[in-house]
Amino acid sequence: MYKYNEFDEAFLAERNAQFRAQVERRIDGSLTEEEFRPLRLMNGVYLQLHAYMLRVAIPYGTLNPDQMRALALLAEKWDRGYGHFTTRQNIQYNWPKLRDLPDMLDALGKVGLHAIQTSGNTIRNTTADHFAGAAAEEVTDPRPYAELIRQWSTDHPEFQFLGRKFKIAITGSNTDRAVIKAHDVGLQVIEQDGQIGFKVIVGGGLGRTPMIGKTLREFLPQADLLPYLESVLTVYNVLGRRDNKYKARIKITVSENGIDTYRAMTEEAFLTIRGQYDGTDQQLLEEFKAHFQAPEFRSASTEAFDTAYENDPVFRAWADTNLDQHRAEGHAIATISIKAHGATPGDASAEQIRVMADLAEQYGYGELRISHQQNVILPHVHKSDLPAIHAKLKEHGLATANLGLISDIIACPGMDYCNLATARSIPVAQEIATRFDELKLEHDIGHLQIKISGCINACGHHHVGHIGILGLDRAGVENYQITLGGDASENAAIGTRTGPGFAYDEIVPAVERIVETYLAIRENAEETFIETYRRVGMDPFKAALYPEAAKKVA
Amino acid sequence: MARAFTPKVITANDLLEGDVIYFTAEDTWTRHMSEAELITDEADAQLRLLEAEKQNIKIVGAYLADAKAGPNGPEPTHFREEFRRTGPSNYFHGKQEAQANV
Ligand code: HEM
Ligand code: SF4
Repeated sequence: MYKYNEFDEAFLAERNAQFRAQVERRIDGSLTEEEFRPLRLMNGVYLQLHAYMLRVAIPYGTLNPDQMRALALLAEKWDRGYGHFTTRQNIQYNWPKLRDLPDMLDALGKVGLHAIQTSGNTIRNTTADHFAGAAAEEVTDPRPYAELIRQWSTDHPEFQFLGRKFKIAITGSNTDRAVIKAHDVGLQVIEQDGQIGFKVIVGGGLGRTPMIGKTLREFLPQADLLPYLESVLTVYNVLGRRDNKYKARIKITVSENGIDTYRAMTEEAFLTIRGQYDGTDQQLLEEFKAHFQAPEFRSASTEAFDTAYENDPVFRAWADTNLDQHRAEGHAIATISIKAHGATPGDASAEQIRVMADLAEQYGYGELRISHQQNVILPHVHKSDLPAIHAKLKEHGLATANLGLISDIIACPGMDYCNLATARSIPVAQEIATRFDELKLEHDIGHLQIKISGCINACGHHHVGHIGILGLDRAGVENYQITLGGDASENAAIGTRTGPGFAYDEIVPAVERIVETYLAIRENAEETFIETYRRVGMDPFKAALYPEAAKKVA
Repeated sequence: MARAFTPKVITANDLLEGDVIYFTAEDTWTRHMSEAELITDEADAQLRLLEAEKQNIKIVGAYLADAKAGPNGPEPTHFREEFRRTGPSNYFHGKQEAQANV
């Protein structure tokens, strides 16, 4: 796995020392809040409803056990004993004190973690497929490229004051687990005629104007990655609007100017910019590739797995939902659900975080991943170890078998924490999960993604949820809009609104009616919710949600 | 006729702790909304806010929030301020916890 070199460590220590001094100057009054705010945001420090919040980047979602333990330490020593994993491959702490923040950043710096560019109009943490380097069907591990982008974009002078935040996601698989089409730039590593390169997608995004990204380049040779990205950003810096914050994202630039104009300008800029790269970046890339080399996968019998699978129904249920195909023989990818029914999606206690770190160390070749779906992954485990892993997870409330099911909900912090929220999202997620657990229907329902945001910023990805829920403030009360048919996969789609919204106490019953409708009209148990929706469209769901309106028409 | 003025309290976050605080009639800050000054005069509101902002060295982001008179002092009229004076709904953290420990 990638190891920070001395330069990185010195850089982090220096940044943290600067921040410590800035905090002191805010406290003694030499800095006003107006002056301090951008400085704290550059270090991942927000002020939320009840407290400060620290957002820590987890580059391409990859952690080693020591880093994971540092996250537990922060939770325990300076926060309320837990951390919140987010959809951006970050972890957030909801209760730090201003004076403690520099210490927290130092503790992170010791294990090569930081909060730089987790905020502000910069290139944010590049997110990656959480199965990178492990998925059976992957072309190649995208993380060396993500690391190249990280190093190039961190503190890059031209990109510290972009028109708006800029988010890049990368995958090396055809199966898109990184939602690359809902990012400012999405990259898919592909192979063409034996050459590695990228499909470049641009102009996707969620927020108040959701858009699915468009293809900018069908095939970009590997060596052109940075000069081409720089060209994309240069055009954005020139064309992008700065008059209106809501029109400043690249998705607006692309849709206002057209993808063809954007492409032509990018290609033109690229002619000049390419010449400025002398190949040093490619040497670096080769170094990174060495760091990201797959571990030496061991070979052993999978008998222990087979026996447990035959004899232990609880283990079997977990294995059926939470395991994925690994590229190495006898191995599996194990996803640990951070979505116990009724708990806050993405919240893990310090103890749970440590247990996962220990499991990764003992059985997982020292690797952990955080997914944008707010779960934790042991990307490499030998199947024979899975019964022991499962037993340990069970002891710590981490063995929920619900991956991809209705209770595996993405939810943003919403009005329980977020300063920008218009309604709560966490309790809605908790109640939906609890309700379907009581009904004992979730395995029968099968693959169904619910995503909830507490305002139009869409941090909870509601637009791309099969069922999306958006919390709004309607005349001083919480009101929830439902969208159906969104899709976060390689078939990315933005959901369509069902109609008028639902009050807080009506939203769970409304979801239940949608699900009942699906169960009644699906062709067979194999047809997933999204497939049924695509086949029949909105009407049957609308009829179930708004029986009064249906009566009037009839 | 001009619309009736909705009474206000001044609220902010504490610089060091980050938690929610309210401005009192004595120009001090309290953790309890019930102890805040309820401002019922529109002209007064802006002046009081300026007064509160003089203390920006130890507070962050003071603003006027709608409130109403209750039996034990000011109360929120909107659910956002209700959450701010209580704490999150998923854990017993924040003000609700502090108050339970009194
Ligand atoms: C709690 C403090 C947070 C604040 C102040 C905040 C702020 C924002 C804002 C203003 C936007 C809209 C950007 C635009 O449309 O131009 C946004 C989008 C987004 N945020 Fe957050 N957010 C917060 C928390 C989170 C969390 C917890 C997550 C992950 C769970 C997250 C992930 C995202 C994502 C995925 C988007 C939409 C993608 C896009 O940028 O188009 N945010 N956020
Ligand atoms: S979607 Fe809105 S409420 Fe949810 S975290 Fe983002 S900004 Fe906050």
